[in-house]
Amino acid sequence: MDNMTLIVLLLILMGVAYQLGLTRSRAVASNTTGRMNSRPGYYGWLVALWCGLPALLVFVLWTLLEPAVIRSVVFSQLPPEMSNLSSQQVGNLMQRLGDIASGYGVSGEPAPYEVAAAETLARLRDIGELAKIAVMASLALAGLFIARGRIRPQLRARNHVEKVVNAGLLLCSGVAILTTVGIVFSMFGEAMRFFSFVNPLDFFFGLNWNPRFSSTGHSSYGDFGLLPLLWGTLMISIIALLVAVPVGLMTAIYMSEYAPSWLRSFAKPVIEVLAGIPTIVYGVFALMVVGPFFSNLGDLVGIQIRSTSALTAGFVMGVMIIPFVSSLSDDIISQVPQSLRDGSLGMGATKSETIRQVVLPAALPGIVGAFLLAASRAIGETMIVVLAAGNSPVLHANPFEAVSTVTVTIVNQLTGDTDFASPQSLVAFALGLTLFVITLGLNVVALYIVRKYREQYD
Amino acid sequence: MKMVDPEVMVQRKDDRQSQSPASQTVKISARDVKIYYGDTQAIKGIDLDIMENEVISFIGPSGCGKSTFLRALNRMNDTIEGSRLEGTVTLDGEDIYDPSLDVVLLRAKVGMVFQKPNPFPKSIYDNIAYGPRLHGLAKRKYDLDEIVETSLRKAGLWDEVKDRLDKPGTGLSGGQQQRLCIARAIAVSPEVILMDEPCSALDPIATAKIEELIDELTESYTIVIVTHSMQQAARVSHRTAYFHLGELVEVNDTETVFTKPENELTEAYITGRFG
Repeated sequence: MDNMTLIVLLLILMGVAYQLGLTRSRAVASNTTGRMNSRPGYYGWLVALWCGLPALLVFVLWTLLEPAVIRSVVFSQLPPEMSNLSSQQVGNLMQRLGDIASGYGVSGEPAPYEVAAAETLARLRDIGELAKIAVMASLALAGLFIARGRIRPQLRARNHVEKVVNAGLLLCSGVAILTTVGIVFSMFGEAMRFFSFVNPLDFFFGLNWNPRFSSTGHSSYGDFGLLPLLWGTLMISIIALLVAVPVGLMTAIYMSEYAPSWLRSFAKPVIEVLAGIPTIVYGVFALMVVGPFFSNLGDLVGIQIRSTSALTAGFVMGVMIIPFVSSLSDDIISQVPQSLRDGSLGMGATKSETIRQVVLPAALPGIVGAFLLAASRAIGETMIVVLAAGNSPVLHANPFEAVSTVTVTIVNQLTGDTDFASPQSLVAFALGLTLFVITLGLNVVALYIVRKYREQYD
Repeated sequence: MKMVDPEVMVQRKDDRQSQSPASQTVKISARDVKIYYGDTQAIKGIDLDIMENEVISFIGPSGCGKSTFLRALNRMNDTIEGSRLEGTVTLDGEDIYDPSLDVVLLRAKVGMVFQKPNPFPKSIYDNIAYGPRLHGLAKRKYDLDEIVETSLRKAGLWDEVKDRLDKPGTGLSGGQQQRLCIARAIAVSPEVILMDEPCSALDPIATAKIEELIDELTESYTIVIVTHSMQQAARVSHRTAYFHLGELVEVNDTETVFTKPENELTEAYITGRFG
């Protein structure tokens, strides 16, 4: 019986338990004069949970622990010279024993001790399987009947069920948080490995980016200076914000203050569609349309503009984040209480004076928060830059020239035929960590500002 | 709501009438005013004259149109999408709904205080200086300082805030905020002040202060006040107008309205049978 079947059976049993709890609670209710503490459904749920949860817990623990237990038993039978194997070798050996046990062919003639161990392994697995089913079944049935027997009018079934639901919700939110923490830790570990090859000072303050390919077999690793990449990221983000902030803010002001409702109900979703376009599409658009356009424009006025440049990538990225700025700012401007507008208009202020002197100052903290969120989005953006920024990790201040960014470099270092233990690949984790810290910082500041603003007007 | 004690009311009324009798000049005149929000008609033809320097209160059950009519007097209803007015409203004989009239100037003459105190998220000083700056009333910093001080003094707030003029107006208590809003309205030297339930968000002590203030302001301003409190209408106003379902049922001296109402509806309302 495989695990899937086991779980399905358990779920079916839980369904039965629910029904039993339900009917039992109705029976109890009809035999007592007082009121039942909870509605019948809650008693059903309580019985089902008592039936399912302990068994499920045993199942999870068993599945996690069984291999280790079996391995230690099997290894205790092996000849003593096998006792100091590396973890890699242990894994290989277990694989081999498993193959022998299940009758797959293995390379070479299995040694007698291997055959013996494989037999033990097979026997242990069978016993484990049966024991697991027996333990789960008895726990489930015991839980079912105990809980069913405990149904009384005084039993606060609803409160118990709600506690379990609460714990379940907590568990789910915990998954998201733990995943984030896990990602950070793994990046941190890999970044530390990178820093064992390259001095952190050279990384964070180096002015040159020129890692050699690991396959060239050169003794030095090349230069891993972060600054040209960071500068490229910064330049593109600034260009993007220069495009997105004025356009987005003006859009928001028009949408929330001036637009008639029919126009708003039509235009807002259309603008937000911009945010739903895959970034690779923007990238293609930048590469095929915007880049050549800027290049031709440069020819007209006599400036040399490369078609893949910081300007192209920044401009298209700016278009991409317009909806972020406009819809966040729109929400925030709409949250400014109407009474403030009335107050200002009632003083004889014009609509534009009211917006400039009362509405925008009141919304300013929130709008700044929106800008910072848009900025962190721009900094982490990859596809547009990969296609349209020209990938030239050189420190210069000319927006018409090609640049490279942190994200693009991560892509470059990890694609192709790479050795994942070399600094050339590991640097991606250091770059990722840097990027993560920057965007995290921006988000924290932005959320802090937005929250502070919210407190003012609720 | 309890019936107002006529004796207390009458005594108070005599008291204030001796101080500031309303003049006989008509300040605002409404003729056959009908107001619509989209398809629903909120005001169904109202004629009313408001005298200079009088305090007139509008009372009536919720949804009777008293606030709507009040907001029509400085065209605040213009800010509500789909609202429209028929009939004429004149201020000093001038039609305020004339298309050539500048709403900005009208609102400078007819100021407004709202139900909920709504100080701007600016300093106390800037809250008061907002209107004068908009209308260019002060040429020098000194003049502006003076306007701010006078307005705050008139609103009875000066002593409480003179040491913290640079602090945000939102940090004041509810009653102080409402007096700040009155001071803000005074600062542009309006002729009429419209008050839309100015005390409904305040405690009794703050309410008493605002009512005292209304008493003092009536010397220089015409005041129109919408209120849900009949005691308040009785305490502060010379005349009282009773609105019912978009119609003006009765308007008379406050004393008459509360002691010998002519209309059954008015009587039913002030004796607390509905509302």
